Amino acid sequence: MSKEVEITLPNGTKYLQPTGLFINNEYVCGSKGNLIDSIDPATGQVICSVECAEELDVDKAVQAAKAAFYDVWKDSISPSERGDLLYKLYELTKANKDILAQIEAFDSGKPLETNAVFDIDECIGVLKYYAGWADKSHGEYIPINKDKWCLTKHEPFGVVGQIVPWNYPLGMAIWKIAPALAAGNTLVLKSAENTPLSILYFGKLILEAGFPPGVVNFISGFGPIAGSALATHQDVRKIAFTGSTHTGRIIQKLASDTLKAVTLECGGKSPLLVFKDCDLDQAVKWAAIGIFSNMGQICTSTSRIYIEEEIYQEFLNKYVIHVKQEYKQGLPFEHKDVVVGPQVSKLQRDKILEYIEIGKKEGAKLLLGGSKPLEDKYSQGWFVEPTIFSDVNNKMRIVREEIFGPVVVCGKFKTQEEAIKLANDTEYGLGAAVFTKDNSKAFKVADAIEAGMVWINSSNDSDFHVPFGGVKMSGHGRELGDYGLNTYTQAKAIHVNTGFLL
Amino acid sequence: MSLSTTITFPIIGESYVQPTGLFINNEFVKARSGKTFKVTSPIDESLLAELQQADAKDVEVAVDAAEAAFKKWSALTPDDRSEYVRKLAELIERDQDIITKIESLDNGKSLDSASWDLNMVVHYLKSCAGYSDFIDGRSIDTGDGYLNYTRREPLGVCGQIIPWNFPIMMWAWKVGPAIVSGNTVILKPASATPLSALYTAQLVKEAGIPPGVVNIIPGSGRSCGNAIVHHKRIMKVAFTGSTEVGRDVMVGAGESNIKKVTLELGGKSPNIVFADANLELAVQNVVTGVLFNGGEVCCAGTRVYVQDAIYDKFTAMLKKAFESIKVGNPFEKGVFQGAQATPDQFQTVLDYIQIGVKEGAKILTGGKRIGKRGYFVEPTIFLTDREDYRIVKEEIFGPVTTLSKFSTVDQVVEMANDSTFGLAAGVNSRDINKAINVAHRLKAGTVWVNTYNDLHHQVPFGGYKQSGIGREMGVEAFENYTQVKAIRVKLENPIA
Repeated sequence: MSKEVEITLPNGTKYLQPTGLFINNEYVCGSKGNLIDSIDPATGQVICSVECAEELDVDKAVQAAKAAFYDVWKDSISPSERGDLLYKLYELTKANKDILAQIEAFDSGKPLETNAVFDIDECIGVLKYYAGWADKSHGEYIPINKDKWCLTKHEPFGVVGQIVPWNYPLGMAIWKIAPALAAGNTLVLKSAENTPLSILYFGKLILEAGFPPGVVNFISGFGPIAGSALATHQDVRKIAFTGSTHTGRIIQKLASDTLKAVTLECGGKSPLLVFKDCDLDQAVKWAAIGIFSNMGQICTSTSRIYIEEEIYQEFLNKYVIHVKQEYKQGLPFEHKDVVVGPQVSKLQRDKILEYIEIGKKEGAKLLLGGSKPLEDKYSQGWFVEPTIFSDVNNKMRIVREEIFGPVVVCGKFKTQEEAIKLANDTEYGLGAAVFTKDNSKAFKVADAIEAGMVWINSSNDSDFHVPFGGVKMSGHGRELGDYGLNTYTQAKAIHVNTGFLL
Repeated sequence: MSLSTTITFPIIGESYVQPTGLFINNEFVKARSGKTFKVTSPIDESLLAELQQADAKDVEVAVDAAEAAFKKWSALTPDDRSEYVRKLAELIERDQDIITKIESLDNGKSLDSASWDLNMVVHYLKSCAGYSDFIDGRSIDTGDGYLNYTRREPLGVCGQIIPWNFPIMMWAWKVGPAIVSGNTVILKPASATPLSALYTAQLVKEAGIPPGVVNIIPGSGRSCGNAIVHHKRIMKVAFTGSTEVGRDVMVGAGESNIKKVTLELGGKSPNIVFADANLELAVQNVVTGVLFNGGEVCCAGTRVYVQDAIYDKFTAMLKKAFESIKVGNPFEKGVFQGAQATPDQFQTVLDYIQIGVKEGAKILTGGKRIGKRGYFVEPTIFLTDREDYRIVKEEIFGPVTTLSKFSTVDQVVEMANDSTFGLAAGVNSRDINKAINVAHRLKAGTVWVNTYNDLHHQVPFGGYKQSGIGREMGVEAFENYTQVKAIRVKLENPIA
């Protein structure tokens, strides 16, 4: 089977979308013939159906990856050559960036011009970055004494399983694929059931770049079936998961039987602290980016803002005006200025609306938004207005729980110690942002905050050269940077006895 | 006046246009003095081209250009710089065939040899392009509330002086890491072999690299090279060449502005064959070690030590191998060894052969010039029964090796280390423990076990003792082109 479906994008562009499971460089049918509908979040309409992986299909993909690892990838291809293949993939992604951005926008609801195109730009950067790393990772030489010396080799795991979410479908996939391949692994990647299309399309580029069959495999499927199968499969040596903390817990448990290495990149309720000595206009702008980009569907969104008492009202006034003005709601392909598209699914949207109601009941003050938009054009899709709550306290559910939508909660603090205490009063620890002109304060606060990433005078300003990941219930392990490469290797120590005779 | 000339390759008859000006600020210009110099082919001693000859005045112009370019170039992101270097690598790859031929014509090496060089150049520059993110620093927790970190910053304008044995390969080894790290360069190719350097300069411009970042100025060592070494606004000099001149470079660097110095100098590397070696493989390794690139290799393995138990057998095998080498015009098919690169070096080799004979060493094979035109020398083996022959101690830099006998490991390690040089060494043995133990004891920057002259761009290369300072290729190359700045910030007590 090499089934492709012709899809017409909202802007009229037509393209051929592969719908099979991408295993061994071929698009194949699922073993049970089950399908997943991929739905356009802007209209609620089905885009197309793709093959759904069952446990048997996961096994097939893992066996393909295993064979590819032992037969070809492990010994016959040098690090330099891996880098060359990744570089080729980078060039192909660059050449196909327009169509990839459009597929992404269509499938996930991300506005094309203000969101999806930048995702693809980042994908391109990440691929080139890891292509450069492939021949530069090295182990250590450790001399012991005259009769013994040792080496460490940074070896790949073998077959790695990767489970990615729907908020940055291709982006999250590339963050995982690139370093895994650079380090010498083969992989089976399961896309989110909401957003399979861009990843399946990307399979064509894997093929064109010349990766041997089985090195990269993509499967569309449901978490409880295909995701579980990957997390429990005995031939999968490591599992990398990005998604909710709830599912992250399950993955870690499932992986424990086979003692897989696990990296988890889970949820967050990241704090953004605004000190009175900050550049207020900048703090407002970054605080908006921090929660209203990607419709608030960002693990690192700074969804709790704490403002120093003296400037509390001033900040909120400016914030509301700024968000109203700049965060234009619209359909993803509608026009260049749309920033707030639909949420990815009905389930997500309804959950967000539920939290908004909870917030109102809990007594938080609603400053902006608070419901779905009323115009006709939004009626079939899953839209939520950008929503700002203020006067919150840390006991409220809307302050403690991850909402994963365009809803921000704002509170105040008197002292630096109180700010830190409020910021750390959470089970999560993914990101954090601090706004102040005082460098000492910035670094001291950065030290005190319990988070994997701290932004000083910006928010959600990630860069692929820099490690990304959380502490506490936000997960463990780091992606991106050379840390991201190391996470796909394991050290083998080789001891050489050159003269110690018993 | 167009600063170019048309050159035709012998035998194959193809022609190309060779730039002949000095490449400064992305333009080919005349030398200030109006002086020129001739470039001849070592294959048939014919005149290839007449080039503009740079001297101190041109170095001054180049420094101005490189200094002006440095500010912007070093301020680009590493990613941006890597794009340029990648583009340059791809252009060299596009023109790989022609540059290979230019190299053979100018240097005399076989086309196979030149192909190998060009492959290395393309791979190395592509790899350099991927280094943009490696040039980073460290963050250091001193536990006293301070913020500490180190940054690696470029040096500024770097002078680079390269030899004639691997013209374009040396060019890539120098230009690549220097500009990726954010430096700008003034490179003086060897007067004997400037053609590929100037041809490739065109590709620098085509790659879009801004003017002044890469400047290529052929000139004499005495005038142009000296000016580079002494220039007060050049922050570093990288020199590859003879130990003699390397010494002068170091002195000049110290006398002028204590510019950073890296040197890649001569060698007289030992190649040891133990009785338990795979003899066929060892013969190949010794042949490669002596005759690759006509012996004009700094790390050539030109002191061969053979263990007594296999001495007779090995010597006979090696003689046969040397005598089966095809020496001739590199543009002819099947030629392994081409011409020696310059008339001076050619004469030096012949002189050393005479010295060897006079000292009492026995010629096992070879020892004579081939033909009457062009600089061709027979692959030559001297049997040496003492270590104090000049031909054992001094670098000959041609297709000539000495061959001595040894008995024990300790003895051969002592003989191998008894040299003012320390560039490379080879160990041939099936016993990996012995081979590694010996490798650890040899005073050399590269030790090859069961192979020779076997470079890889991921692996650093450089010398011990009088063979040099610093390393090229590998991650280590970037240490030579950056300097460490430590920043320590005292943070005030923040309790408001």
